[in-house]
Amino acid sequence: MSEAEFEGIVESRWSGGASPFAINSKKLGMWLFIVSDSLTFSALLISYAYVRLETPNWPRPFEIWPAIAKSSFMTFVLLSSSLTMVLGVNAAFRGDRKKTVRYLIATIIFGIAFVLIHATEWVTLFSEGVTPWGNPWGVPLFGGTFFGLTGLHMLHVTIGVAYLAIIAWGFGKGKYTAEHVEVSGLYWHFVDLVWMFIFPMVYLLSVNPK
Amino acid sequence: MSSHAHTGHAVVVEPSGFIRKYIFSIDHKVIGIQYFLLALTAVCVGIVLSLLMRFHLVYPGAHLPFVSGGIMTPEQYLALVTMHGTIMVFFVLTTAPQGGFGNYFLPIQIGAPDMAFPRLNMLSFWVTFLAFVAIIAAFVVPGGAPISGWTGYTPLSGMGEVTGPGEGMGQTLWIVSISLFCLASLLGALNFIATTIDLRAPGMTLFRMPLTVWGWFVTAILGLLAFGVLLAGGILLLLDRSAGTSFFLPAGLVVNDQLQPHSGGSPLLWQHLFWFFGHPEVYIAILPGMGVASHVLSTFSRKPVFGYRAMAMALCAIGFLGFMVWGHHMFLSGMSPYSGFAFSVLTMSIGVPSAIKTFNWIGTLWGGKIQFKSPMLFALGFVSLFVSGGLSGLFLAQPAVDNMLHATYYVVAHFHLVMGVAAIFGIFSATYFWFPKMFGRMMSEPLAKVHFWITFAGAYCIFMPMHFIGIAGGIRRYADATGTNYAAALQPVHVFMTYAAFITGAAQLIFLFNFFWSLKHGAVAGKNPWNATTLEWITDSPPPIDNFGGDYPSVYRGPYEFSVPGYRQDFIPQNLTPEQAALLK
Repeated sequence: MSEAEFEGIVESRWSGGASPFAINSKKLGMWLFIVSDSLTFSALLISYAYVRLETPNWPRPFEIWPAIAKSSFMTFVLLSSSLTMVLGVNAAFRGDRKKTVRYLIATIIFGIAFVLIHATEWVTLFSEGVTPWGNPWGVPLFGGTFFGLTGLHMLHVTIGVAYLAIIAWGFGKGKYTAEHVEVSGLYWHFVDLVWMFIFPMVYLLSVNPK
Repeated sequence: MSSHAHTGHAVVVEPSGFIRKYIFSIDHKVIGIQYFLLALTAVCVGIVLSLLMRFHLVYPGAHLPFVSGGIMTPEQYLALVTMHGTIMVFFVLTTAPQGGFGNYFLPIQIGAPDMAFPRLNMLSFWVTFLAFVAIIAAFVVPGGAPISGWTGYTPLSGMGEVTGPGEGMGQTLWIVSISLFCLASLLGALNFIATTIDLRAPGMTLFRMPLTVWGWFVTAILGLLAFGVLLAGGILLLLDRSAGTSFFLPAGLVVNDQLQPHSGGSPLLWQHLFWFFGHPEVYIAILPGMGVASHVLSTFSRKPVFGYRAMAMALCAIGFLGFMVWGHHMFLSGMSPYSGFAFSVLTMSIGVPSAIKTFNWIGTLWGGKIQFKSPMLFALGFVSLFVSGGLSGLFLAQPAVDNMLHATYYVVAHFHLVMGVAAIFGIFSATYFWFPKMFGRMMSEPLAKVHFWITFAGAYCIFMPMHFIGIAGGIRRYADATGTNYAAALQPVHVFMTYAAFITGAAQLIFLFNFFWSLKHGAVAGKNPWNATTLEWITDSPPPIDNFGGDYPSVYRGPYEFSVPGYRQDFIPQNLTPEQAALLK
């Protein structure tokens, strides 16, 4: 089979629809960024697992009430924001500018709520004496990993809130297309997904067994 | 295939004003030259540092006017080792082939007007520049430059000033610099991948891309996957130093008679994170050089690349395997013999795609009408150095042998030949090859040949004896080996290497002179001085702002149609239609 024939066959395979590689650069760029960023988070989570397994009596301080209840509520808030994001992208592709902006604002509010509740969680831990360099249970790395992982995630949520605000503003003005909204949605869902790893690994695995 | 490729790029207007045109430009060609000049500055700093090291090894007691205290201390020597490695690996071997030539020629070779994200491209360069400023600043802050090596091994790098003079501000700047560099590089890598996938000209299928593009493409994938991991490591290390955490610091460490307050961490964790990045990094440095060597060998042999598809596949295989062998840097750190065995076998398996490449390079040369122009000489030098340096890798891949050799000059010789000097030869080959396209003028051929022969012979004179010092037990990173009998006996070899290093270093002035002199006084190049086939040679030298003056090419054939039987012209450019090509019969 000559090369031309080979390529002809490959081309005809896609002839029923668009080639899966034919996505535009913006979306591809965001996907690639997500690949890279997920490696950063993987490295952090693997480091966390590594030091945790190396430490014989890793503290498990979180009580069902209030810590786990609170973090479950945060998870619920973040998941809700993903729902409004989906609805926003959907509205954007239907061309409904007003609704899109409304859904994006709802997403932003959920995002801000997540950060604020998380901040109160941090403040509570500080007041209990948990810092990045020490805590009452004698395993300083507990605080280091906790604040490192959740801090980087919080940074991502905060950046996402600013990003969505820019997109909502620009889409409302007619500067951006539905494609822009969809790409920002990719980022938002990714940040959400990262939390789905952090929540069980940091919170649920550290529930007080008593 | 990519019907949307050129939408949104219809009108490209050249910006007016010096700053928009040359400083904060979003033109990939200007950014490529900026990267190249950054690397050129960095390599000058790196060479001076290495010459200082060579000088100190031979004359450890000499008075140096610019060293505080007059005589170099072991700590200052370690600072030189650290900074030489960091600057060379990050700001030269990563920056010049990928950021420099990749930025400039990847879009042109695939027939695109620019990168997929021009603004992101500008951001990548300026963040890289900031990283460079940060690493240079480490020289002048109190305490001076860091001393923990280019690998920044913990616990030395994790505790601050208590572990040494450069471990205060200097080490912090090192981490900041490397983290910024990671960020810039992964954004750049993302840009390269999106450009290669989305912006190819009509007809430019993956297997019609020049092997240079394959090299940059695979390198970008490695960068995307590797830099994010080092970024995570950098964040944790910074937390260890500034927030008092102990990710990499075990309990009970006593440094300079002081018990350290850390507990629970693991220095091995840093090594894993670092080398998961660090080994792919080796290929990030060398893969673009492999692409350039293949491209240049074909052009100056007037023959198609032998086994083009195998070459592209071998690049992918090397990139893929590169992620599975980081443990071979850690044989000496202690690991289960089973892990060591796995890492060893995987490491040696990289020899297979490497051998395919070498075989195909020789196959490309076989029976060709070889023209010994300067780019060709450096490409041949690349193959030679890659083979010489690569073979010693097979010894180091054996855990038992590596335990003997790892702390010696044998390793220094190995990686300098295979990734250092070989990659530099790739950069030189690319510079001599593409200078006419970038600046519209030819570089002086006689000067280039003098430069080549001194550098080629010099590289072997420096690094071949180094293998023997290593086998004889010469420990690397020691500032002064004259104090012990067995090492002092090796001193004459060190003297020879130092002379070779100074001569080779001086020869680089020929290159610098040739480069800057030819910018103004070189012979005018024309569109296609080498009679080459790929798309960059169908446009003006230097190319216009949108690369093709609005006349975007379509591609009808593979990249290396040299000496096709039955044609009067011995090269057929990629953009010729079958009808146009038939006129050449």
